[in-house]
Amino acid sequence: MTTSLIPAPTRPWVASPKDRLFDLGIFALALVVDFLLVVVTPMKGKLAYVLVFAIAYVTLSALRQFIVRGTASAKDAFVSSLVAFGAFVTLLPILSIFVTVIEKGSKGIHLGLFTHDMSMATPTDPLSNGGLLHAITGTLTLVALALIMSVPIGILTALYLTEIQGRFTKPIRFLVQAMSGVPSIVAGLFILSAVLYPIAKNYSGFMGSLALTILMIPTIARTSEEVLRLIPNDLREAGTALGGTQWRTVAMIVLPAARSGLVTAMILGVARIAGETAPILLLTGGGDKVNGNAFNGPIGSLPYYIWKSFNAGSPESITRAWAGLLVLLILVLVFFTIARFLGSRKVAK
Amino acid sequence: MSQTFVEPSAPAPGAVIPREITTEPRFSDRVFRGVVTAGGLSSLAILGLITIFLGYRGFEVLRQEGFNFITSSTWAITTDDAGNVVESHFGLAAMLVGTILCSITAVLIAVPISVFTALFLNFYAPLWLKRILVSVIDMMAAFPSILFGIWGFLVLMPSAEYWAKLLNHYLGFIPFFHVPAYYFTRSPFIAGIVLAIMIIPIITSVSREVFSQTPLDRIQAAYALGATRWGMIQAVVIPYGRGGVVGGAMLGLGRAMGETVAVYTVLNIVYQVNWHVLFGAGGNIASLIILKFGDASPYEIKALMAAGLILFLLTLMVNAGADLIVKRFSGNKR
Repeated sequence: MTTSLIPAPTRPWVASPKDRLFDLGIFALALVVDFLLVVVTPMKGKLAYVLVFAIAYVTLSALRQFIVRGTASAKDAFVSSLVAFGAFVTLLPILSIFVTVIEKGSKGIHLGLFTHDMSMATPTDPLSNGGLLHAITGTLTLVALALIMSVPIGILTALYLTEIQGRFTKPIRFLVQAMSGVPSIVAGLFILSAVLYPIAKNYSGFMGSLALTILMIPTIARTSEEVLRLIPNDLREAGTALGGTQWRTVAMIVLPAARSGLVTAMILGVARIAGETAPILLLTGGGDKVNGNAFNGPIGSLPYYIWKSFNAGSPESITRAWAGLLVLLILVLVFFTIARFLGSRKVAK
Repeated sequence: MSQTFVEPSAPAPGAVIPREITTEPRFSDRVFRGVVTAGGLSSLAILGLITIFLGYRGFEVLRQEGFNFITSSTWAITTDDAGNVVESHFGLAAMLVGTILCSITAVLIAVPISVFTALFLNFYAPLWLKRILVSVIDMMAAFPSILFGIWGFLVLMPSAEYWAKLLNHYLGFIPFFHVPAYYFTRSPFIAGIVLAIMIIPIITSVSREVFSQTPLDRIQAAYALGATRWGMIQAVVIPYGRGGVVGGAMLGLGRAMGETVAVYTVLNIVYQVNWHVLFGAGGNIASLIILKFGDASPYEIKALMAAGLILFLLTLMVNAGADLIVKRFSGNKR
């Protein structure tokens, strides 16, 4: 038996207790400096605290590294805290939006919201009058119609890009990318000029969903393309080797294998358009009554309702707008979460 | 085991003739390919139709105004009682300036924050934190724009106005931060902040993607040579990902240019050329369309269509450029 020296691996990069103590000390010191500066100088507000704290922490930690290890290390420490601060700044508006929407929106939430529409209520009525029913049904109608139209086109585009890979693959990928940048108002104007004025001559839900379709196609096409790309080529080859034509291979093997991913693509598309406002304002005509017929007459929707209530300006209607925003946000988040959940297992076993 | 192989002989009379082997696609396949190709070309068709229809509707105005449509900055129409157009001047310059001012402000604010966030996600954050943050930032991209607009107006505005006053107080000698009158509410600066918040997710995700493609061997080589983390990022990641970040920023610029509702809600839309970012007046093309649409005469609607066409072509160019840059820099280039 050798009891001799097996050198224990040293891990010089791991922070020693002393380092941790110093880090904590710097953190505390930065807090103190922060507090003093904000109290003494005329700077005010929560954001001033955050900003001054960030500056103090960045400077102090860089200073410490400079003393202990020199310039390179000081720069490293400086950037480390700067970068973390950047990520924090990104999160700040999200947190603020969440807190505000929940806080202000929950005041306007009551059960009648889901059973009444606004046809018998004016903007200045107390909150218990009227509700969101017309907006919710309207949004669901618009989204469903847009889904029916955009899913085939989106998935066909994705199939073209992955399965056929013909002459136009590159230009089409480019165009799909370009299409995803089409401003929503332009999609609205296009439907207005191409369909509503010459053909339909009337506001309706269908017009709105046509514009939403244009906005939805690129999202579905790009997500589906990514999913179809993940299907192993072996499956396609196996299909062909068994004597399947390309049509049978795609329809019976590739698409079923990509099923959950394709559903994700659809849901992401829905999340993208559910809150789209500009084309809705141009094309659907609003309306305060539940309208079950998407092809005739103005139809309400959540974004339109929020827009209208917000612009009405009375305190009650602004609370209504926040309540509408809360419902819309929850709707979008539910779609998004489902998409995430399904997307985490993109290819079915 | 032995097997006997029978030589194929000429088919006996009445036997089945072996099928012909061919690479010609079957009928079903030809239909399939046709349908899929047609679906694939739909994006081309839609983009083409948008150009054609907006151009067709706006043609009259574009012909009447000529180049003035872009360079002049009056938007006025007079009609007589019968609704006939007496006189009209449509020039988009003020709104073009506003569009550019707001979106550039947004990009200038958003790019540093996004790059920091992307670096943090890729090289600093522990895995669990990275997962959460990526989800949250992706989710932010799905927030409806009207939400940003109303939040920006009611929550952000008071703080942002205060920052604007600070900027003006200390940096007012720079012409850009100068204000012609002491009025800071609903300025392009505030609209720019809201737009920046809206485009941070897209710039972050493009930058993150590009940074994550940095070759691992180079990263390790930098560490092996004794680089600190920042040294490594400076020497390897940034030169590698620079182009991708520029592309992402342009993608964000395209989004910011076309944004309608958020800008309309936050900005004080005044039809004048205003280069002073802190002064509370401005607008962009998209918000002009929403503003004028409600009570526009048929002829003015044609002008709005033409404005839409200009906006469409502008964003298309910016997006196409962004796409090319991102593609060029995010390939497996060494």
